[in-house]
Parts: sequence; C-alpha cells; structure tokens
Amino acid sequence: MDNAVLTVLIAMLGGAIRVSTPFMFVALGETLTEKSGRINLGLEGNLVLGAMVAYATSYLTGSPWLGVLAAGMSGLFLGALHGYICKLPKVNDIAVGIAMMSFGTGLAFFFGKPFIQPQAPKLDSIPLGDWTGNPALAQALQVNPLFFVGIFLAVAMSWAFRNTKWGLIVRMTGDSAASAKAMGVSVDLVRFLATAAGGFLAGIGGAFLSLYYPGIWNQGLSSGQGLMAVALVIFARWDPIRAIFAALFFGAAGAIGPALQAVGITSGYYFFNAAPYILTLVIMIISAGSKASARDAPGELSITK
Amino acid sequence: MTFSSISRRSLLRVGAAGLAATALPFGFARAQTNVVLGIVYVGPKDDFGWNQAHAVSVASLKAVSGITVVEEENVPETDAVSKSMESMINLDGANLILATSFGYYSPFVVELAKKYPDVTFRHAAPLWNKDADPQNAGSYFPYLNQAHYVNGVAAGLSSPTGKIGFVAAKPIPSVLSNINSVLLGARSVNPNATVQVIFTGEWSLPVREAEATNALVDAGCDVITCHVDSPKVVIETAEGRGVKTCGHNASQAPLAPKGFITGAEYKWETIYKTYADAIAAGQTPPNFLVGGYNNDMLRNTPYGAGATPEAIKAADAAIEALKGGAPIYKGMLKDNAGNVVVDKDYDNYDPYLDGMNWLLEGVQGSIT
Repeated sequence: MDNAVLTVLIAMLGGAIRVSTPFMFVALGETLTEKSGRINLGLEGNLVLGAMVAYATSYLTGSPWLGVLAAGMSGLFLGALHGYICKLPKVNDIAVGIAMMSFGTGLAFFFGKPFIQPQAPKLDSIPLGDWTGNPALAQALQVNPLFFVGIFLAVAMSWAFRNTKWGLIVRMTGDSAASAKAMGVSVDLVRFLATAAGGFLAGIGGAFLSLYYPGIWNQGLSSGQGLMAVALVIFARWDPIRAIFAALFFGAAGAIGPALQAVGITSGYYFFNAAPYILTLVIMIISAGSKASARDAPGELSITK
Repeated sequence: MTFSSISRRSLLRVGAAGLAATALPFGFARAQTNVVLGIVYVGPKDDFGWNQAHAVSVASLKAVSGITVVEEENVPETDAVSKSMESMINLDGANLILATSFGYYSPFVVELAKKYPDVTFRHAAPLWNKDADPQNAGSYFPYLNQAHYVNGVAAGLSSPTGKIGFVAAKPIPSVLSNINSVLLGARSVNPNATVQVIFTGEWSLPVREAEATNALVDAGCDVITCHVDSPKVVIETAEGRGVKTCGHNASQAPLAPKGFITGAEYKWETIYKTYADAIAAGQTPPNFLVGGYNNDMLRNTPYGAGATPEAIKAADAAIEALKGGAPIYKGMLKDNAGNVVVDKDYDNYDPYLDGMNWLLEGVQGSIT
C-alpha cells in the first residue's frame, strides 16, 4: 500500500508539473488584466486560438518556439481587440469577454481544420529526474521550459506590482480610476495595454497545450482550461504567486482520478475525476468569507463595484 | 443557412441536371438509380478515430460511378443534424442518408425518416426497432470487439510483461466488450496476461487521456490501447513513453513508428457498398446490418514495428478463426468480482453479450 501511496503522490507531482502550465499562463494574464480594473472572460478563446496558431506555425515552419511566439501574438491580437472594444463608452467588459471567447474558439476551429491530422514538431522538455533511477519519478520530472518561464513571470510580476512605477500605475487604475486620472494617467491606455499583455500570456498557455501536453490540436483540446484559470485568479486573490500555487494544486488534483485507477482503487472514478473542482469549491468557500479576500479585490472590477 | 449558399447549391444542381439531360440521348438508358449518399459526422473527419474511419470508407466510394457523396462534419447531436440532413435531401438530392453518431438517431433520424419516406436512412448503432421505427430507417454496426480480440492476441505476444493498459471512455457494453476481448485475446496466447483499465468518463478529453496513459505506463503496462473517440493523444503519449500500442477505430500506425503493433478498424465500406448497390438496383437495403470478421466488416491495421513475428503469426491465425465464426466468449468465465458471467460458449452476436456489464477476471478496473 505504501507503494501505491507513493505512486499516487508521484502521479500528482507529475500532474502538477504537466497540467498546470496552461492554467498558470492564463491565470497570470488574467491577474494582470484584472489588476488594471478590467475583466477578460474571453481568455478561453485566446487559449484555443493560441493552441491552434502554435500548432499550425510549428507544423508549417518546423520550429515549435516560433509557434509559441505566434500563439502569443494571436493572444495579443484578441486581447487588444477586447481592450479596444471595452474602451468604448457604455460597453460591459463581461459581455464582451464572452463574445470574444466565442470569437476566438470559432476562429481557431475555422482555420484549424487542416491541422488536426498532421503531426507538428513538439516542444522539448528538460529531464530533471534522471538521477533518481525511478522511471516514474524521472517521467514526472520531465519539465517543459515554459513551466519555469511561468514561475519566473509570476515572481517578476509580483515584484513589479510592488516595486515599479508601472506596477503601481496598473494597480492604481485597478483600484481607483479617479485617482489615476488625477495623477494624469490615461486609464483607458493602461487597461488596453494590460488586456493586450494578458491576452499574450493566455495565448502562450494555449501553445503549451498543443505543442507539449497533451500535444495535439483538435476542437476538444481545451475542455475549459481557460475558463477555470479565470476562476483561479479569484481563488488566488489577484496574487501572481498564489496563482502559481493554485495552478499547481489544480494540476495535482486532476491527476488523482487516473492515478487512483492505476493503483487499483477503481470504483468511484467519476467522483475522483471531479476532485479538482470539488477541492477548488471547498477552498473558495473557506477563503471567500475572510475580510482579506474582499480587501485583495481590485476596487474597479465590475464584479466588485 | 444563408441565401448565397442555397443559390450556389441549387445552381450546381440545375447545372448537373442539364448536363445529365444532354447526355441522355447519346448514352445508354440506365435502369439503375444514381445514389446520392449524404453522410453526417459528429466531429472532424480527420481525427484519427471514429469519424475518420467513416470518411476513409466513404472516400473509397467516391470513385464508383453512379455514386455521389455529400459530407458534413462537426454536426452536433441536436436539431442541427436535422437541418444538415434535410439540406442534403432537398438541395443535394440525397437518397441515402448515413447518420454516424449515436445521438443522431432519436428523435432526429426517426422524425426525418417519417417526413421523407422515399429517402433511405441508416444509423451507425444498433438502435433500429422493427416494430416502432419507420421502415425506411435502419441500423448498421460492426462488432469491433472481434478486431480488439486480434489486438489482444498480438499484444499478448508482443508484450514482455503481459501487462496491457486500456484507456476507456465510458463503461457502456461496447467499450466493456472491447476491454474483455483484448484480455481474452491476450490470454489465448499468454495465460498470465492482464488488462488494466482507466476510465476517463468522456469520449474526448485530451488532457485526461494523456494523464491516464502516463498513469498506466507508470503502473508497469508495456502495451497501451484505448477506446476513445480520437486515439491520437493516447497513441502519441504512449509512443513518447517508449511503450507499444494497439489502435482503435482507424489506422494510427503513422503516429507510432516504433511501437505500433496493430489496431482494430472498422471496414465501413463493405456496408456502404451494400447500401449503394441495393439502392442503385432499386431494392431496399437491409434494415439491420451487423457483422464482423465473418462478413468482411472489420480489419486490423497492417502490423507495425512493435509486433513480434510470433504475434503476427498468431494474430493472422486468430483472424482466420474469427472469419470462420470462432466464438470469443467461451465458458466458463468469471468477472473480476468472482461471479460466473459466461457459463457456456456464446456466439459472437449473441444478444446476451450486448448487455455486457462486467469486466472479466484478469481485468483490473471497475465500471462504477
């Protein structure tokens, strides 16, 4: 049984590393956007379009990293579009976000048709666990460079929000548009840039899905990761570092279902497959009641206003 | 439906009719009816899976003179499928409609069959009821578990450990029968072989399918096979982990150049050719068409690099036996809870097997 526990734990570790990266990028992008006082619910669209563009670019050029860049650019385009539309008077950013989600996925499905069948070159991973001599552990520690990029970005963002002029400006527009205006900051411009940059990150999350894990492109690829990641931002209370932990936690919980079946705990798999959602709900309920969570929310967000 | 697409299609039809009219005096008077075959897919037709298997078969009919093929992909199992089928009938003149997804049947195919009694409707799951449903509707369904049995035979002799991993979508009878048949095939050549199954709970969930494949490989399985809509993720992930694979639905051989053994494939063209021939001759195609190796409705993918010479020999022998109608489920067999579930030899099409709700002893897994 100890062996089984170990197997499940290794699977959860592997799952956390393998599955978390798209959540990380989308959640970081959304954190940046929401910190500036705007919600972009359409990042699922950026994710799916990014996945398609990355796969297509990698297939056509033979360079997966060019695919990652192209995915980011496609996300930047969708984010900028969202940012521009929301700048117009009397526009509701939540409604636009939902429209952008359909637009992004629709665009991806339309142009992605010829790329379902071909095999595109994938991103390589860094084998960090070969020294362990345990094949399962070695596999779990096959880490994609984007995973580290995500963690680095989170640390950098967290630092920048506290210590740089740009970070403070983003936070100020998010907390009080009036103060920002009084300071002579263009609220619309800051939000536009934050939404576009957030879209860029979400697009890169999509590239991870199609070019690394699971490493295919088809219409069923995302299964709602982009939507979950937006929820993770609230769960992580708009903190980039906490967003990383939320993504890791979500990835690890997602590995529970298959891993338990692999060690012989075979009944109740529908329940275990729902583990990530159940655990997220429980933690949300526990944390939402606190005063701290209300304090962390940017004051200008249309859900908190 | 936009105006422009209607007019374009109508124009094409008028053009085609005009051509046919001018051709008639010079050609021979044809007693045969031209077949316009309309086929609807639930997903993309190049998904390396269920839809591709249909599309490949239909593509082979396009070359046959007198058969026109009209296709539509990504049609959800909603009112949308009724619209697609009606547009094929009214705009393209389809006289044979093939609805290839389980959820298309009721109410969509049934209702349209009543509305268009001159059109032949056939649906790819054994759902047609001869007492309740229209006579111009019908069902066809090959028993893929026979080809999975062959997979099992080949896997049993290609696997060093005899541990086979199976990524399954949902615990419905056809999936369970594929799992059990892999086990019986493997046990026919290696009595110690086991099958470990992980259910993902959905027909298409790429991330969880990849996780399940990794979990099975981590648990020591060295051959991976599956029953999900698009096996691409499972086969590629397993190949990446350096284990062998058996395919499902369509040929996945190009996805696994190192480890592919063989795969269970539908041979839909046998069925579609039967239908087209009957309609061309002015007859009613069979309403209920099921089959397997004995009537040429299945095939196994050509052996890949993962198949050992003994495996190829044994699998070929198994195919010959199945063509002769050799039964797969031979008593006595217990399920993995210890109950006797197969007490005698069952014919491969015995209705008892259609209600399968057990996994045999030797399968590690549970249907709840």
